[in-house]
Amino acid sequence: MNPNQKSYSSDNSEPLLRIENLKKHFPIKGGGYFRKEKKAVLAVDDVSFTIYKGETLGLVGESGCGKSTLGRNILRLQEPTEGQVFFNNTNILLHNKHELRKLRKQMQIIYQDPFGSLNPRFTIGQIIGEMYEIHGIAKGAEKEKKVKEMLELVGLDPSRYNSYPHEFSGGQRQRVGIARALALNPTFVVADEPVSALDVSVQSQVINLLMKLKKEFGLTLLFIAHGLNVVRHISDRVGVMYLGKLVELSETDNIFESPAHPYTAALLSTVPEADPRLKKERIVLKGEVPSPANPPSGCRFRTRCPLAAERCKNEMPPLVEVRSKHHVACHYPLEEGQTLKEAIASRKEGQLSI
Amino acid sequence: MDKILEVKSLVTGYQGKDGFVRAVDGVSFDINRGETICIVGESGSGKSVTSMSIMRLVEYENGRIIEGEIKFNGEELTTKNTEEMRRIRGSKISMIFQEPLTALNPVFTIGKQITEAILFHHPISKKEAWQRAEELVRLVGISDPQARLKQYPHELSGGMRQRVMIAIALASEPDLLIADEPTTALDVTIEAQILELLRKLRQERNMSILLITHDIGVAAEMADRIIIMYAGKVMEIAKTKDIFDQPLHPYSKGLLESVPKMNGERGVPLKSIKGSIPSLNEIPSGCRFSPRCPFATDKCHTEEPLLEMRGERQVACWHVDYLIENSLLQIEEEGGVSIES
Repeated sequence: MNPNQKSYSSDNSEPLLRIENLKKHFPIKGGGYFRKEKKAVLAVDDVSFTIYKGETLGLVGESGCGKSTLGRNILRLQEPTEGQVFFNNTNILLHNKHELRKLRKQMQIIYQDPFGSLNPRFTIGQIIGEMYEIHGIAKGAEKEKKVKEMLELVGLDPSRYNSYPHEFSGGQRQRVGIARALALNPTFVVADEPVSALDVSVQSQVINLLMKLKKEFGLTLLFIAHGLNVVRHISDRVGVMYLGKLVELSETDNIFESPAHPYTAALLSTVPEADPRLKKERIVLKGEVPSPANPPSGCRFRTRCPLAAERCKNEMPPLVEVRSKHHVACHYPLEEGQTLKEAIASRKEGQLSI
Repeated sequence: MDKILEVKSLVTGYQGKDGFVRAVDGVSFDINRGETICIVGESGSGKSVTSMSIMRLVEYENGRIIEGEIKFNGEELTTKNTEEMRRIRGSKISMIFQEPLTALNPVFTIGKQITEAILFHHPISKKEAWQRAEELVRLVGISDPQARLKQYPHELSGGMRQRVMIAIALASEPDLLIADEPTTALDVTIEAQILELLRKLRQERNMSILLITHDIGVAAEMADRIIIMYAGKVMEIAKTKDIFDQPLHPYSKGLLESVPKMNGERGVPLKSIKGSIPSLNEIPSGCRFSPRCPFATDKCHTEEPLLEMRGERQVACWHVDYLIENSLLQIEEEGGVSIES
């Protein structure tokens, strides 16, 4: 079922999570008197991939592409509409409440918003300490000791145990979020845009902290972000999503040096690079991402794709391995080392000759 | 050089519970005709308050300009009365904002809002105004203008709304366009479209642009010159190329280095600036960056450096000579250099 299962295991990594045909559809209620459920927003539509033990898998895409929904569904913070999620070979979608709570110890999430994700009425000690209490790990003085250790670990002063979230800066609050996620020593963490809300000079501190803790805790990380430079820096492999679909998945260098999907190539060409000396060939995509409630037929990207042909309208391209360890969902993927501009040029020639 | 805007020793602030807070504290710079200037800074740097001061919009947010001059085409703006300012705003100077949805009126169609802007500044008929609105909407790259003009803001996407804002801003053919984080709320591919549009407009109309951004990448792509602000002060002003070749202020260096590069070595610890941005209530004494600066001395902690000319560039740092002599401001190319103690 899952195309990349075999390819990555050559690096003697075992799968930790296997996501198969995951779908999350949000129904849209019809407006009429009977309020029939008519359509649905296909937020995540038939996505399959594997996350290997110890890796950082980056997930990129524009807003509305379904990357955050995917992260939440994997953790069952939202219930998927269809599909399977295997964690250490057990299908966690079949877990009941009790089993799920046990599982939470191993799977955690770091949220984007360091303001909204911490309860303003709780002290930092309570926010992190709650984790130990809920799971019956520690209470009272022992809990306090553990929390203070966590605070120290994420670079916060343990004496601020009794401080409230508003007394901290954005970067510090994100450290609290990280401490909370790691308090129970999880194996798998979803980091959903963990640095997007932070200022540049603070952002790199938090990225460094995440990389350091990942090593120390032996974490497996699903790193969701729209900042391509950050994802590139931190990830071993990168998945690219577009309108609910996973369109490309490979090792980071493959994705950034020789993308196969025209969308990935265009996305990379438009990142504003913090260096005016680098002159890039910018491919500015026309139009906008269509509504996920009413996606185009065939390939979802075809309405904006400079390479789109008749076939793209009729057939949805599956995610297949086109190069070694490089999966792409495109009927006409770029060849290795080919730029999008070159591909457009050769496509035009091809059309002329027909 | 033909200067369109001159800002001198501008001090703007807000009355807070614990006294007057200076969000912008002695900022000076100028913009030439046809030039794109980027103010780069993090939150609390005063970059937005600077632009709101030029538009005299701070007054509507309980702010006050308490010192300094703002000369636009040689005319002093700080002494203009409300009515005079209303005439200048949106005619000679236009502004676009980060969140186009809140800047547009939800109960009027796009067409109504654009024609309103046109009619306010031009004595023409409604029909002519509507025609001009169509032209403007087409100019900013919106297809099918006739249908679009009849739509309401909520029916448009973020990118489209920002295009509408730009169309409104252009309605009066301004000499200066102030764009405050115009692409921050947009996706990368849409951001690229808007930046391309701004570049095109600037070229075609010889318009000056003051772009406020926190994204050094955007500044690198758009600016002729860059102004780096920190905690209400200008730290450095230089041509874009110069600043990326070699920043002269330790803060600029730190800022440039902490952004992961698309061609840098992966997985290594990123350079970062220690500590966090001070809040405006507790501005450090001396140089405002000194508590976070790796090169700070006693002098930096007690005496504030002024923004001084250095060739074509300007920088506010006591130790710039020493730092240059000892090559301490060189941007370290990523790769193997990032050993943290």
